[in-house]
Amino acid sequence: MVDPISKMLFHPFTHKIGEDEAIVRPSTTYWQDAWRRLKMNKGAMAGLVIVIIMLIMAIIGPYLTPYTYDAQQLVSEYTNLPSSSEHWFGTDDLGRDLFTRVWHGARVSLLIGFVSALVQFLIGVTYGGISGYLGGWVDEVMMRIVEVLSGIPFLLYVVLLMVVLEPGLHTILIALGAVYWLSMARLVRGQVLSLKEQEYVLAARALGASPWRIIFRHLIPNCMGPILVYSTLAIPEAIFAEAWLSFLGLGVSAPAASLGMLVSDGISSIRLYPWQLFYPAFFISLTILAFNIFGDGLRDALDPRLRK
Amino acid sequence: MKNKENILEVRNLKKYFPLVTGFFGKYSVLKAVDDISFNIKRGETLGLVGESGCGKTTVGRTLLRLYEPTAGEILFDNKNIVTASASEIRLIRRKMQMIFQDPYASLNPRMTVSDIIGEPLDIHRLAKGKARKDRIHELLHLVGLNAEHATRYPHEFSGGQRQRIGVARALAVEPEFIICDEPISALDVSIQAQVINLLDELQETLGLTYLFIAHDLAMVKHISDRIAVMYLGKIVEIADSNELFANPLHPYTKALLSAIPVPDPEIAKNRKRIILEGDVPSPINPPAGCRFRTRCWEAKDICAQQEPLFKGNSRHQVACHI
Amino acid sequence: MTRLLDVKNLKVSFLIPAGEVQAVRGVTFSLEKGESVAIVGESGCGKSVTAHAIMRLLQSPPAVIRDGSVLLEGRNLLDLTEKEMQKLRGNEIGMIFQDPMTSLNPTMKVGKQIAEGVKLHMNVNEKEAKRRALDMENLVGFPNPERRYNQYPHEFSGGMRQRAMIAMSLACEPKVLIADEPTTALDVTIQAQILELMKDIQKRLDTAIILITHDLGIVADVCHRVMVMYAGKIVESGSIEDIYQYPEHPYTWGLLKSVPRLDSQERHRLVPIPGQPPDLIKPPVGCAFMPRCKYALKVCVEHDPPNFQAADGHQAACWLLHPDAQAAREAVGLEARS
Ligand SMILES: Nc1ncnc2c1ncn2[C@@H]1O[C@H](COP(=O)(O)OP(=O)(O)OP(=O)(O)O)[C@@H](O)[C@H]1O
Ligand SMILES: Nc1ncnc2c1ncn2[C@@H]1O[C@H](COP(=O)(O)OP(=O)(O)OP(=O)(O)O)[C@@H](O)[C@H]1O
Ligand code: SF4
Ligand code: SF4
Ligand SMILES: [Mg+2]
Ligand SMILES: [Mg+2]
Repeated sequence: MVDPISKMLFHPFTHKIGEDEAIVRPSTTYWQDAWRRLKMNKGAMAGLVIVIIMLIMAIIGPYLTPYTYDAQQLVSEYTNLPSSSEHWFGTDDLGRDLFTRVWHGARVSLLIGFVSALVQFLIGVTYGGISGYLGGWVDEVMMRIVEVLSGIPFLLYVVLLMVVLEPGLHTILIALGAVYWLSMARLVRGQVLSLKEQEYVLAARALGASPWRIIFRHLIPNCMGPILVYSTLAIPEAIFAEAWLSFLGLGVSAPAASLGMLVSDGISSIRLYPWQLFYPAFFISLTILAFNIFGDGLRDALDPRLRK
Repeated sequence: MKNKENILEVRNLKKYFPLVTGFFGKYSVLKAVDDISFNIKRGETLGLVGESGCGKTTVGRTLLRLYEPTAGEILFDNKNIVTASASEIRLIRRKMQMIFQDPYASLNPRMTVSDIIGEPLDIHRLAKGKARKDRIHELLHLVGLNAEHATRYPHEFSGGQRQRIGVARALAVEPEFIICDEPISALDVSIQAQVINLLDELQETLGLTYLFIAHDLAMVKHISDRIAVMYLGKIVEIADSNELFANPLHPYTKALLSAIPVPDPEIAKNRKRIILEGDVPSPINPPAGCRFRTRCWEAKDICAQQEPLFKGNSRHQVACHI
Repeated sequence: MTRLLDVKNLKVSFLIPAGEVQAVRGVTFSLEKGESVAIVGESGCGKSVTAHAIMRLLQSPPAVIRDGSVLLEGRNLLDLTEKEMQKLRGNEIGMIFQDPMTSLNPTMKVGKQIAEGVKLHMNVNEKEAKRRALDMENLVGFPNPERRYNQYPHEFSGGMRQRAMIAMSLACEPKVLIADEPTTALDVTIQAQILELMKDIQKRLDTAIILITHDLGIVADVCHRVMVMYAGKIVESGSIEDIYQYPEHPYTWGLLKSVPRLDSQERHRLVPIPGQPPDLIKPPVGCAFMPRCKYALKVCVEHDPPNFQAADGHQAACWLLHPDAQAAREAVGLEARS
């Protein structure tokens, strides 16, 4: 029947019953889990790598050449040069080194992207969280304000701000931040509305937690996933918006330049010196693409429906 | 002497939810809890049973002022909670706590166990630093978990363990009265007893009072001293638990009792079940007169015309014309 | 005569990043025509996975069937193509799920959904299908079948939806009906209605039923046989009398003792089963119940118990039934079992 087992074994075995409450599986937090899923997504990882390289280059790129981004060499043998061992990306019509300028521009563009994402994050999350959690007439009023503000065209904002403030980086940052936090606020409010009926929120209320505490300790950490995805996708959007402003002549002021500005400059000489357009256009596209792919991957990785 | 005093008195409590129906914003009200009264004595357990949607959770949450009552009085330690200010409610919430139904939804998935149990300590500034940590470990111990679990996240625990974490959180403020809203219905049979025994033990050692909400009558009978049966927003019968089981008076109670599954084929085969016809009517426009009459096999003409009043002695009260 | 359904040594795993979850670890049972058996066990023990494997409804990946066969009247369902299986589902094997809302199509009239199934499998015209659907609605006790035919699932209460599901799965007169916790989401009074209905249908249509539940209470008057499942294996099986009156496996003892008995007047302590089931990523070598078993023997630590015959048609996988364990078994005595 069964292979012979020593009779000795058929004696009671004394052990602590049910003491085994230890957890076998290693502890994984939500973020570790998400990171694991993200790592499996090749596209998203490629996006992330490109983003990181862009960031590094934006920081160190301008120092890799002996030139500075605004040093002009107005002698004709130095202007509009194609790529060479001295000027890797060539020079522009003022004899400035394009390689230095591209990375300097990337620095400005990325700065704009990150700062406006940060602004939108801070304002939008707080505003949306409060509006969603308090509900009732407070929500009503706060959302009306958002509606009115989002009714104003973006360009009008910028022009108005240009009039009030002087044109430049600050103005662009303020304008972008002022516009983009609106949709973030809507997103967060929606999330909070659906989360606030959760029992753990009720439990916190039952314990006497203040609204403030509930919003920042319970609700917002739980909608961090979509917020993060949204912020990530907001970065390329801001970079793009800035590029678009540059075309309209509302970009950062010379001699500083963003990638968008460089593209816009490059277009005017597309016939004669195509590299002046090509390099900045290539890098701005690459940046926007990389951020978008990475953001999409992040969304998949953070999707709570997949979580087990 | 202290044992005799009422810790909680509820009088004519009502909770209506406004509902917007139709395109033109027509308002109607959902009478989730409609004029109920009961008392709970210090140290006892009152069971509250009834079908899904009859308003049990609403009662529990209204008692804690998580929902604003529409009308009525709630006296906790002779203090009316309904009119209490925000700061008074904070104090009351140190004495009155709640254990939730769903062990998966009632713990914040982004917080560690020690943060979850520590939260009430932070909110009421009960302990800090090392004292806080010790207290958390003490609470974990009390519910049969150990210090090693403190750094883990809720999703790493089984349902029974999570429910015990919920109990530990409620106990952190040293409450006197705990509302248990179906604390075991999401748990496995073999685990349910763990939580029930824990609640039992805590009641003995800490002298707690419970309002125990459930739809499993066998469990309710096991843990409660008295039982209130609810149907469609009203309490239809309230009695000592042995009395209720031995001598149910309301037809609904009889049907409920007969529907309890019995793990014994002999009894199960020979028992006559009362199978109720139809479903629970909508609480938006409940039947006039006795609310149970649409499913009651004993209904008479009077049941449709008049709402039955509560009658009986202090041990056993029922609202039925028969 | 071949048996209606014969499941042999079924093994199912899930491949997840943390490793391989061995959800079903060798399940063997059979079902005669018109018989009803219950599969009872706690959450996560593999009841649903077993049912889904029989219906071939497992998502793969992550699920893989490691071993075993499922013979329906001699045909191995695990070898059929998806197309053949589709023909079989609903026609020869029907299934009812725990949550009636998610298994009904919310945008389609309930009557239509029932008729649709009939049309698909029975090769009849529209009118005939409708007639049959109405018959079914009558059978499951819809008070007003004509009117109900034209309603949508959201207009139904939980109990009515579950009835609709039953009507749908019975419309083609399947030989086997698998009910996965059909009453768990319902109230006691509605649960009583549904159980009564299933009993009645069984008598009238002679359908074989597999009732999956975690509540030993509800199977007592619906089923003929009970299989107790623990950590992916069937640890005890027998007639309901065997299981309730002469249970042999310590886990079954525990299950029976952890629920309160209504017949007792005084308040006694419930006896919970301490601890929790093993993580099936690392299934134990010996008896899976060992860490929670008060009566464990030394042999249980390293050796997985085989099935022992306790009586005719009553089997339990526990070393206490081994002839050499006589002494230990007597020491356990009867107190443990009642
Ligand atoms: N916040 C709310 N807004 C509107 N209606 C509500 C709200 N909460 C509950 N209800 C309604 O009130 C009624 C009573 O609900 P309640 O949750 O108290 O029932 P319950 O007895 O606890 O049921 P269950 O056993 O399912 O938990 C239900 O009809 C429900 O739909
Ligand atoms: N898609 C899946 N991926 C990974 N593991 C799974 C999956 N589905 C089920 N499992 C695992 O298989 C085991 C058995 O699950 P199953 O759903 O069969 O349990 P059950 O007995 O039906 O429990 P319940 O009573 O909760 O329905 C569990 O441990 C579960 O974690
Ligand atoms: S009052 Fe009438 S309808 Fe209501 S429970 Fe009693 S007999 Fe039935
Ligand atoms: S085999 Fe051993 S450990 Fe397993 S149930 Fe039987 S006695 Fe307990
Ligand atoms: Mg409830
Ligand atoms: Mg299942």
